[in-house]
Amino acid sequence: MAVFYGEELGSALMLGTAGYPSPAVLARAFRVSGAGVATVSLRREAGGGQDFWALVQDLGVRLLPNTAGCHGVREAVTTAQMAREVFGTDWIKLEVIGHADTLQPDVFGLVEAARILSAEGFRVFPYCTEDLIVCERLLEAGCEVLMPWGAPIGSGMGLNNPFGLRALRAAFPGVPLVVDAGIGLPSHAAAAMEMGYDAVLVNSAVARAGDPAAMAGAMAGAVRAGRAAWLADPMERTDMAVASTPVLGRAFL
Amino acid sequence: MRIIVNGTPREVVATTLAGALEEVGIVGRFATAVNGVFVPAAGREIALSEGDAVEALAPMQGG
Repeated sequence: MAVFYGEELGSALMLGTAGYPSPAVLARAFRVSGAGVATVSLRREAGGGQDFWALVQDLGVRLLPNTAGCHGVREAVTTAQMAREVFGTDWIKLEVIGHADTLQPDVFGLVEAARILSAEGFRVFPYCTEDLIVCERLLEAGCEVLMPWGAPIGSGMGLNNPFGLRALRAAFPGVPLVVDAGIGLPSHAAAAMEMGYDAVLVNSAVARAGDPAAMAGAMAGAVRAGRAAWLADPMERTDMAVASTPVLGRAFL
Repeated sequence: MRIIVNGTPREVVATTLAGALEEVGIVGRFATAVNGVFVPAAGREIALSEGDAVEALAPMQGG
């Protein structure tokens, strides 16, 4: 299993906590999924914050607070500092959003914020693109994990750039990699794991399914299958047929 | 003194951050920032000034 900042997780599935029909459904989805990490956030208290805190503590999983919605370095850094105190963890899923429609990360601000937070002792999980140079800069800034998007957050499109994601895996063989956004189906999650990714982070695909707990179970199965396939060293793909039944001994009729 | 708490203008008697939070009824698990700068729980005895923007954020669902 993948090790993130010295901590080994029992599952390669990270699950978000947003958008479920009810807290009970959220809790059931987590139980069924066996997810090892729950992403959480901070918002102005409008009632419900304290109940939610009790709920996530009962999940018994590692918490990964995010800086969702932050569009600037200063805002993201302050949010991370606040999250560390509220959730009692150095782990931070760093989001610096650069584009309103695609929620594409502002990778320049991301690198700057990652550098500041790493220097302050944070364990940064950067929500990034699959750009090799950006990822190199993030590692230089102190990140020991990379979380490239599969597709825009909440889109359910899957892996938009399999080539880029594969290239990233090949470029940084020792770095834990997580596909963070865009997964809509278990097959997308399995595909990421088959490429050698260490984990996937899923939220909307589970929360917005008709039966979130059942989808959480399907995601867990897909992640396990994909991981097992990667470890089993898949066959090379070819563009032409390669007969599988032996030719030797074929009857001459 | 007039300050802004979570985006809403509030009139408070208190002169410190801790006092203002108590006065407007923010309780439980939360973190604070004043004018965009994080203020740790141990530092909430700081004095506030007229017009200060206070943010008090609580745990919430997130992806």
